[in-house]
Parts: sequence; structure tokens; C-alpha cells
Amino acid sequence: MSQRIVIDPITRIEGHLRIEAALDANSTITDAYSSGTMVRGLETILKGRDPRDAWAFAQRACGVCTTVHAFTSIRAVEDALGIKIPKAANLIRNMMIAQQYVHDHVMHFYVLHALDFVDVVSALKADPAKTSDIQQSISAWPNSSPGYFADVRKKVQAIVDSGQLSLFSHGYWGHPAYKLPPEINLLAVAHYLECIDWQSQVTKIHTIFGGKNPHPNFLVGGVPLPIAMDNDQALNAEKLSVIADSIKKITDFVDMVYIPDLLAVAPFYLEYAGLGEGIGNFLTWGEFPGDDIADPSKFVVPRAVILNRDLKNFIIPDPRDFEKMKEYIAHSWYAYKQGDDAGLYPGKGETIFNYTGPQPPYEHLNVEGKYTWLKAPRWNDRPMEVGPLARVLVMYASGQAATVGLVNAVLEKLGAPASALFSTLGRTAARGIETKVIGDLLPKWFDELVAEIKAGNTATFEGSKWEPHTWPNRAEGFGFAEAPRGALGHWVVIKGGKIENYQLVVPTTWNASPRDHNNQPGPYEASLVGTKLAVPDQPLEILRTIHSFDPCMACAIHMVDADGRSVARVGSGFNVVVEP
Amino acid sequence: MTGKNRSVILGLGNVLNRDEGLGIFCLDLLRPRLAARDAVECLDGGVLGMALLPIVESCGHLLLLDAVDAGKPPGTMVELSREEIPRFARLKLSWHQLGFQEVLEFAAARGNLPEHLHLVGAQPFDIMSGYGLSSMIESALPNIVDRAVEILREWSLA
Repeated sequence: MSQRIVIDPITRIEGHLRIEAALDANSTITDAYSSGTMVRGLETILKGRDPRDAWAFAQRACGVCTTVHAFTSIRAVEDALGIKIPKAANLIRNMMIAQQYVHDHVMHFYVLHALDFVDVVSALKADPAKTSDIQQSISAWPNSSPGYFADVRKKVQAIVDSGQLSLFSHGYWGHPAYKLPPEINLLAVAHYLECIDWQSQVTKIHTIFGGKNPHPNFLVGGVPLPIAMDNDQALNAEKLSVIADSIKKITDFVDMVYIPDLLAVAPFYLEYAGLGEGIGNFLTWGEFPGDDIADPSKFVVPRAVILNRDLKNFIIPDPRDFEKMKEYIAHSWYAYKQGDDAGLYPGKGETIFNYTGPQPPYEHLNVEGKYTWLKAPRWNDRPMEVGPLARVLVMYASGQAATVGLVNAVLEKLGAPASALFSTLGRTAARGIETKVIGDLLPKWFDELVAEIKAGNTATFEGSKWEPHTWPNRAEGFGFAEAPRGALGHWVVIKGGKIENYQLVVPTTWNASPRDHNNQPGPYEASLVGTKLAVPDQPLEILRTIHSFDPCMACAIHMVDADGRSVARVGSGFNVVVEP
Repeated sequence: MTGKNRSVILGLGNVLNRDEGLGIFCLDLLRPRLAARDAVECLDGGVLGMALLPIVESCGHLLLLDAVDAGKPPGTMVELSREEIPRFARLKLSWHQLGFQEVLEFAAARGNLPEHLHLVGAQPFDIMSGYGLSSMIESALPNIVDRAVEILREWSLA
């Protein structure tokens, strides 16, 4: 007997991801299909606009990735126009991007991913004194008394007693795949609640450097905030001290809460060190430039491709190489003028809709044909995984000392071989490891910025190519960012002072990619095969692996329903269909 | 910022999806009518999710401007009181699916839902990809803004 299950959450305005998985008689996944059910239109909106304004539109593609889209956009324009930003501006950008990493990863872990492993309802059975013992044995975090954990348990009890699980209504509580003792469940739930307070204290870097909150400002040529010690409106000593304080709060939480929690939870789920690998190919565009943005081998995260798990021979990809970087649509709801088996370089991309799927509401997609609005990006005709695991592998392979030390320490602590990295648990651990590696760079960059200021190097804006009359008639640029969930690329063509073409390849397009013209599955699709479900209509195991990638569908896809009409349905929730 | 004493008008929605962003476009009409009132902040919340929680929790008065799907004819003004605004926290495939309704759920569960909370908006006509409002919603905007000002007056903020 075989059956197929469908996971298709529908939320209000953001795009949504649908997973269809075929199960064998033992409830083990034999095939999986990943589908994004809306399309994107940012490219069309940007055509004809001033390239210096593109970031303001690009950042609206997603409510979580505003910063990375804005930076990628201004980098694309700077690349096209040959603008080199001042050193202080680069340090400020690096700090903003690093803050975003830590913030995003911590929140993703506690608010979403941890609850795939932590049973909130089980926490009610915990002995607060034992939880306190565990907390005190794993870190020096001050919230560790039995009374503190008794209070947390009381809070959770009140939420459960209210009849509506409220914040916690989205879990399969009591599912047999939950393995943690109640005391560790209580520990993690306490930190879930704490991280919500923590997040409001750590956004100050963006508020100050970006000049406002929400939606900080960005600037082609540098950063919008001038540096002047005697000016209230500029970056001054007072603001620097607020930033120093915020950095301390960021690194403390990572060191004393996030990393110890990861290491406390992981030993109960070591089976996931052998599940969920995906495809074994990895891509990074690179992040955290030093003095020369044109030399990606010197970035903290170098630009690299890893093929077939081979860490010894990584390749430096060229994002301008028409032959290597292509998007395919054989299984996507688009048409190409040259035929649907063709691959197109994003800079020459076409977006012609060709919906051939079933009319909604429908039960199943036709996975033999086209089944998603996502294109299938390929590097040298191979699917690629992007994100924390890709970055940690590249940093590890390039000998980045902090990464090598942490990876080895984590593997040793878990008693796991290096191959365990290529898994769901490896991906989740990699997210923690890079949070620490990158978070620890914040104080270093802060000190460098202070040293630059003391040396009088206070320029934050390079304005010699600001005016359009200084631009060539036609210019092409590539902008990149390692967004928290993976490599992000913007390709811009500027002609006559306006945007002629703009293409994005976002991280989730790589990871949630469908099959291509050669029928090679994308990373999500490949990662689910072989996973056994304890309770097929409560596919917790699927969520664990999909969440380990940290999907972001908002910018991968956008806003048009399959039938071309609007889909602003309000929170229809989560549908699981199991059929024989 | 400390305490729950801010008064905020928060525009919500995605300006890349035409009428979905009507709440943001309302702010431009509303700001001049509040010119002399520093006590009220006009903020563009866009499609930010959890990042808006600290703002929500710092408010005593919070007026939301947003596109609402109420199953009404496009352009119909829609109003929801504090208790009527739906709040959700359901199973997610992405934490990016934590939208503003979840933010309200978080604030409520933490006992920090603003005492005065109200939403004014309209049923959108066109929420396809694109920048700029449909003419139907463009012409509905002044009514929404008038109603917003009335509510601010009821709150003695305008």
C-alpha cells in the first residue's frame, strides 16, 4: 500500500510552501515534491526605476529579510557602477549583517524549530529543581533557580488551562517522536519565552546605524549615518556605547543560552545525524568582505561550491558565468521561448507564466509535469544547498580557525563522525555554530570601527558616482549576500540611468527547488527520502527536516494564486491530507 | 519607550502587492492631519512580523491601518475592535509566516496587548504583484483616513 501526504499551510500574505510526500507500506518517504504556490513580481516592479531606489522596493519582498535584500540591492548597483565604499561603512554594514544573523537564527530556533524537538505540554511535568540543576550545569546564565523554572511552568500551565494553547497551538504535543525528558523541555520553553524579550534589546544596532526603526535606511555608496562625535544626529560616543551594550547582550545569549541548549537537546535526537542530508552539493556567494569586496576568497565566509561532500576541492564560482549559472523550468509553471528544457542565466531571465496545474481546490499536484511556481536554479547543472550548513562547510574547508574548533568540539561532544554534518542535525548544529562564529566578530568589528574613528577615518559615504551623469550608458552588476537562510543574488542591468533588468535568485529557490530538466530533485525533496513517519497524519519528522533549512517563502514566491486570483485568505491554518 | 504609553498609528501591508499596501499609503494622507500632534507616531510596519512586537507592546493606544479580507465588496471600509481582530499561532513551515496576527497573539499571551487597540482598513480590490493602489481603493482612502482621525479624537489624540 502506498499513500501520499500533503503539507500545505496557508497564511495571509506571504507565499506558501507545499510538500507532497509519497510513503511506502512502512510509512517511510519514498519520494517528495516541494512546491511554492505563488509567483513573484518584484523584477517587473523594478524595471524603469532609479537604481539608487531599488533597495527600498527590494526590502519589501519579505518581512524578515528586509536587511539582506536591501544590502544585496545596493551591492548590485555599486558593483555595476564601480563604487567602492569607505572602510568605516563596510565595518558598519558587516555589523548590521552579523546582528541580523544572530537575531534571525536565535528566533528561528526558539520560535519555530526547537518546538519540533521540544514538547511544550511535557514541560508541565518537569521538576523545576531538576531543571535548575541542568541549567546550572550547562551554563552561567543567571535565570537558573528552581523558583524561576517553577514560575515558567506556572505560566505555561496557565496558557494550557485557558483551553486555547495560544502561542503553543501549533505543535503535535504528545507525539511519540518527542524524546526529551520533561526537565529539558521546560528549560527550552523558558528560553523560548526569554528570547522574545531578548530580541527587542538586540535590534538597536539596526535602529542606530540605519537611522530609524522599523525599516532602517540604506544608501548606495555607503551607510546613511555620518560619524561625528559632537553631533546628536550622527554616530557619536553615546550611540557607540549603546551599540557596545547591545553587542554584549547578543553574545551573552548565544554563549549562555542558545549553544548550551543545542548541546543539551541534540544527544536525544542523534538519529537525525543520519537523516535529511539532501544532495551533498553546497553553494555560498560569500559574506563579510574585508577591504576588497572584489576578492571573495578573503571574505569571512568565502565564495565557494562544494560538490559531492568533497571538502578538499572546493571551487570558486563566478556569478557572471552565463554557462554555469542557470535556471530551469521543466517542472515549473513558466515557459521559455527556447523551449522548456532550456536553462537561462538569471541576468537574461524570462518570466512567462504557464500554469498547467489543477484548478484549486485540489488534492494533489501533477508531479510528473509542472508542479511549482519556483524555478530550479542550478550551478553547472547541479542542484545546490545554500544556508548555514553550506557556509560552515566552506569555512571549515577553508580552515577558518573558529569554525574548525567549534565543529570539532561539537562532533566530539556528540560522539558523532564528520559525516554527521550532512544531515538534519548537522544543519541545525551548523546554524548554531555560525551564530557563535559570526556573533563573536561583532566586538572585533566594533573595536576596528572605533580605531578608524580615532584615526580620523570617519567617511561613511562615497559620493563621486552618485549622480547619474557620472554613470556609463549601460552597466551590469551582481549583488550578493549570505542571508541567514542562504546565498542571495541580485543581478541588475542599468541603462540610461534606469533599471533595464533586475533578477533575483533567493536562498529558498535553491533549497525548495523542484526537479529540473534532468529530473534531479532539489534539496528539500532529496532530504526527505528515507525518513520514516511514526504517525503519518502528524508528519513531525518532515517538519524537523524542512525547518532545519529555515524556509523563507515570502521572497521566493509571491502573491498570485494558481488561478491568477488573489489569495488573501486569513489564516486557514494547516491541512494534512492522508489518503490511501 | 518604557511603560505602555506610546500612541502609534501603524500602517501594515505589502506595497509590492498593490492594494495589500493600502495601510502604508494611508499614512501619507494621515501625517499632515496630525502635524501639530507629536504625541502620535505614524509608523510604516510593512510586512514585518515579530520585529513589530516591541512596538506593539510599548503602546497604550494602537491604531492599525491595513487591508482586510472580510469577504465584502472591494473598497468597503472594514473596522475591527480590539477583541474582533483575529489572532493566530498555528503550525508553520517557515517562521516568516509569523505575520502580524501572530504578533498580536504573542502580545496578548504576554499580557501586553495595548489597552486601546483598533483596526481600520478596507477590502482590497487588486492584490496582484505591482506598486500603487487600484483606482477603487485610491478613492476609498480619504474615508479610511477620516475614520482614523475620528478614532484618534475618541482617544483624545487628535
